[in-house]
Parts: sequence; structure tokens; C-alpha cells
Amino acid sequence: MAENTRIEPTGAAPADRPKDDSRKHLSRFFERFPPLVIMAGLWLLAMIVIAILATQLAPYDYAAMDLYSRLQPPIWLEGGKWNHLFGTDDLGRDVLSRLIFSIRMSLLVAFLGTIIGAVLGTSVGFMAAHFRGVVDDFVMMCIDFQASLPFMVIALAVLAFFGNSLFLFIALMGIYGWERYARITRGLALSASTHGYAVAVSTLGATPLRIYGRHILPNISSALIVNMTLNFPGTVLMETSLSFLGLGIQPPLTSLGNMLGFGRDYLTTAWWIAVLPGMTIFFATLAMCLLGDWVRDRLDPTLK
Amino acid sequence: MSTAYLLQKLTRALLTIWIIVTFVFFILRLSGDPAMQVLGPDVETETLEAFREAWGLNKPLWTQYLVYLGNIFQGDLGVSYLDGRDAFEVVAERFPKTVSLMLVTAVVTFAIGIPAGIYSALHRNTFIDRFTMTVSVMGFSAPNFFLGILLILLFSVTWRMLPTGGSETAWHYVMPVITMATAEAAVFARFTRSAMLDVLNQPYIRTAIAKGLPWSKVVREHALPNAAIPTVTITGFFVGTLIAGGVITENVFSWPGVGRLFVDSVANRDLAVVQVIVFLIACSMVTTNLIIDLAYGWLDPRIRDLRAEN
Repeated sequence: MAENTRIEPTGAAPADRPKDDSRKHLSRFFERFPPLVIMAGLWLLAMIVIAILATQLAPYDYAAMDLYSRLQPPIWLEGGKWNHLFGTDDLGRDVLSRLIFSIRMSLLVAFLGTIIGAVLGTSVGFMAAHFRGVVDDFVMMCIDFQASLPFMVIALAVLAFFGNSLFLFIALMGIYGWERYARITRGLALSASTHGYAVAVSTLGATPLRIYGRHILPNISSALIVNMTLNFPGTVLMETSLSFLGLGIQPPLTSLGNMLGFGRDYLTTAWWIAVLPGMTIFFATLAMCLLGDWVRDRLDPTLK
Repeated sequence: MSTAYLLQKLTRALLTIWIIVTFVFFILRLSGDPAMQVLGPDVETETLEAFREAWGLNKPLWTQYLVYLGNIFQGDLGVSYLDGRDAFEVVAERFPKTVSLMLVTAVVTFAIGIPAGIYSALHRNTFIDRFTMTVSVMGFSAPNFFLGILLILLFSVTWRMLPTGGSETAWHYVMPVITMATAEAAVFARFTRSAMLDVLNQPYIRTAIAKGLPWSKVVREHALPNAAIPTVTITGFFVGTLIAGGVITENVFSWPGVGRLFVDSVANRDLAVVQVIVFLIACSMVTTNLIIDLAYGWLDPRIRDLRAEN
């Protein structure tokens, strides 16, 4: 289609061209950005805005208790009042405010985890590709080890016995998924280092750091970005699962998983405490999966 | 299949188990003094010393490690700090419940996921295909703990049809199995669909159609067996997610299995039981992957012949 328009001589356009064109543009726009993907993007954008502006948006402090209005239902249910739009929990804390701060915490943990995992995995992958030999063997051994156990099991063992500091928890989220970045980077770097451009800059006397950082990294970045978008929902799920089991984010801090975990004790009397954060997690991971698939389809050269 | 290949795979499997065992030992021992953790901070020094003496915790770490490895070889996996019973026994009595839950889940997963994927691939881009794929995306982005809670809310709290926890009757299986199988079936449907589409685009399918075979025969004899090969590879991944999903699901539904014992032992810092569980999970994962590796080589005639030539 694009080639056709290019070879058409200028001025030969039919009269109805502009109208047709705009419709074509619109349909082409939706072909590139399906409505579902746009919705997913908007939802994620909203979550990011909420996370950034949490302190401004939340009507109450997330830990503020109001013992006189415990287990007050949300506004759309009988007995709901305007002072707590999404109701309150067992200690009379505002569910909306807790939700907002939980979104911030869960996104922050997942975001930091993804960054740590990407940086760690990529550097280790480069190291394995550069030094080869023993270093490579050791890295591959670690990759095999991590792939041989469900990460949930590793995380549970580590968390419970080291205690639950926030710092350790974020570090763990970073370790989740590093092996996929390492494997991708190692493979691509090994093949890239035989390509002309890498050989050329290394003959020109560039240091390995420069070759990998300035030349090879930009060339393999699309594969890494694809992996990042595919990994992100997994990290969110891992964080919320562990927090749900009571072994992740600890009170008084709040995350979507730990809200859900505590809310499940009140399912019979106050279902909204558990269901609202649950829905938030569900829509967030759904949006991320849709967006991740879309990014992969657009960026992954092997799929074309 | 050559003996060298088999040996290489086996060595690798044993090596992985050894690394895992070592990792668990050091993580658990370096993370703090088990004596303090079990007895609490305000216990007398003599009691602490006696406890350390009894469990061999006062020896150097390396000695403890060697003793530990030796014990594993003799089948002795330690004693639960909590109730003093053999840790392996504590885990083993929970084992049947977990395995039965997993088996039922696996059957449901295969029965739903694979046919859905095949059907979608054969009716590509129809309404049913898109619907199936949309449901599948939703299925695997729904966190299993939330799905479980929603089910409890609907079937137990609102409609009072199913029990919330326990494992006595067949009814107890319904909600845990739905919780676990939803995401698994979604993954299988997607994977089967794309494997099937890959195969349907192959030249040999065109040849089969061109020589006048009826479509049903093309699918049955040419497409399905070839699409089955890549599907075998995700079985290893499947076992891993079943274990992780089981940990969550058993906790949501108070299922008396290993997954719940795992989280309880982690919360109570019962080192020996955690070690046994991690060890067993590692062994089952490594065995599964070994079997898949071998099965893959055996199932795919291309790899089989390649190996025979070498």
C-alpha cells in the first residue's frame, strides 16, 4: 500500500481523495493501535498517574483509622456514605485511599524489580558473552538453577528466613526474571560480536564497555524491551501473590496483594475490601498483557 | 538414543539437584540462628546451647553442610523443629492431597486447553477464535488468588453451593481445580493454537492438500502429530506453574496439602520441613525436565534421526 502511493505521480489524485484519505488514515490508525490496546494503555496511564499523585489524590491517610465507621459499604451499596466512596475496612480505614497507596506501592515494587532484573540480567549476559569459559559456565549454571525451580518457591524460602524487609523484597523481585534477560543478552551479544560493526569498533580500539554499551546494546534493545513488557505483569503477579500470602509487603505498608489477603477474612461481611484491589490487579495485569503482546508484535523482528 | 547423551542429561540433572540442595542449605543457615528463631529471644543461654548441641548447630558451617549432604544420601532429611517428627514424614502425609489436586487440574487443563487451541487454529480469525483467545488472555492475567476469592464469594458466600475449604468430598475439588486450571488452560490454548498454526503453514500440509487428501485426514494425520511435539515442551513449564499455583490455591481453600504446609513452615521457620519441600519440588521439576528432554528426542523423528547419525 505504502509503495503504491509513493510511485503515483503527483497531481494525479482523484477528486474524492482527501475524504477517502482521512477515513483510510483512521482505519490505518486503528489497525496500528487496536481499540483494546488504546484502552489498556489508558488504564495503565491512569494507574501511573494515580501512583505518582497518590498523596494528592487520596482523601485520607492510608493508615488513618475511623473506628466509628468500621466496615462501611461503598457508596453504591445500601448504607454507603459519601465520606468513604469505596467504603471502609475492619479498622475503619478508607478503602479508596488504601487502594490508591496500594497501587503506588505495587507499581513501584514491580517497576524497581523490572529495572533491577533488566540491568542485572543484561550485565551478566554481557559478561558471559565477553569472558566466555568459566564465567559463561557459571552464569549458565545459575540460569539453569533459577529455571529449574518455580520462583515462588525460591522467593518463599529466601523471604521467610531472611525476614521481610522492603529492601530485600524489592531485590527479590529484581532477581525474578533476570535469567531471561541474561539468556537473551548472552545469545544476542555472542552473535553480534561476530558482526562487522562490533569487529570494526573493536579494531578501532574501543574498550569492551564501549562496544557493549554503545554499539551492541542499542542493537539488541528491542528484544530486551519486549522481554521487559512481557515480564512486568509477571512481576506484579509475583509481588501481589507473595503479599497475599502475608510474606511480601508488610503492614503498616499496603500493597494490592496484602489488601486482598487481609480482606479475605471479611468476605462474608465486607466483600469490597478484597474485591476492589483484586479487580485492580486483574485489570492491570490484563492491560499489561495486551500491551505487551502488542509491543512484541511490533518490535520483535523474528515475528515479521 | 545414545548412552552418552543419556549420561550427559542425567549428570546435568543431578548437578542441578545438588546446586539446589546447597543453595537451600546455605540460604537457610546464613539467614539467622535457627535456635534463636525456634526458641525465641528471651530464652536462657543453657537452653540455647542444649538446642544447638542437639541439632548440631554449634559445629562449623562446612561440617554441618557435609553432615547434611551425608544424611540426604542416607535418606535422612532432618527432623521438624516444631513437632520433632521426621520432616520427610510430615511432608509425605500431605503429599497425596496435593498430587490428587494436581492430577485433576492437569486433566481439566488438557481437556479444555488443547481442544480449544486446536479449534481456534482450525477456525482462525472467526468469531469463536477471537472469543477463545480473548478469554484466554483474561484467564492468564487473572491472579489465581483473586479468582479463588471470587469463586468463594459467589459459590460459597452468596449461593451457598460449595464448601470454602477442606478436601473431604469431590465437591471440595471444584473451586480449587477451577482456580488452578483457568490460567493453565489459557496458556495451553494459546500455545496449542500457535503450534497448530505453525504446522498448518508448512509445505507438507500444502502437499497433503494438493494430493487430494480430505481435510479431516490432513488435520488428523499430518497437522496434529506435528503440533503435538512443541506442546510437549511446555509441560515442564506446566509442572512449575502447577506447583507455584498449588501453593497459592491450597492457601486460599485451606487445602491440607504440601503447599499450605510450605507456607506454614516458612512462617514458623521450620527449617527441615522447608528443606524437604524444596528438595522434593526440585527433584520433581528436574525429573520432569529430564523426561521431557528424552521424550522430545524420541517423539520428533528429525531429532531422533539426527542423533542416530551422530
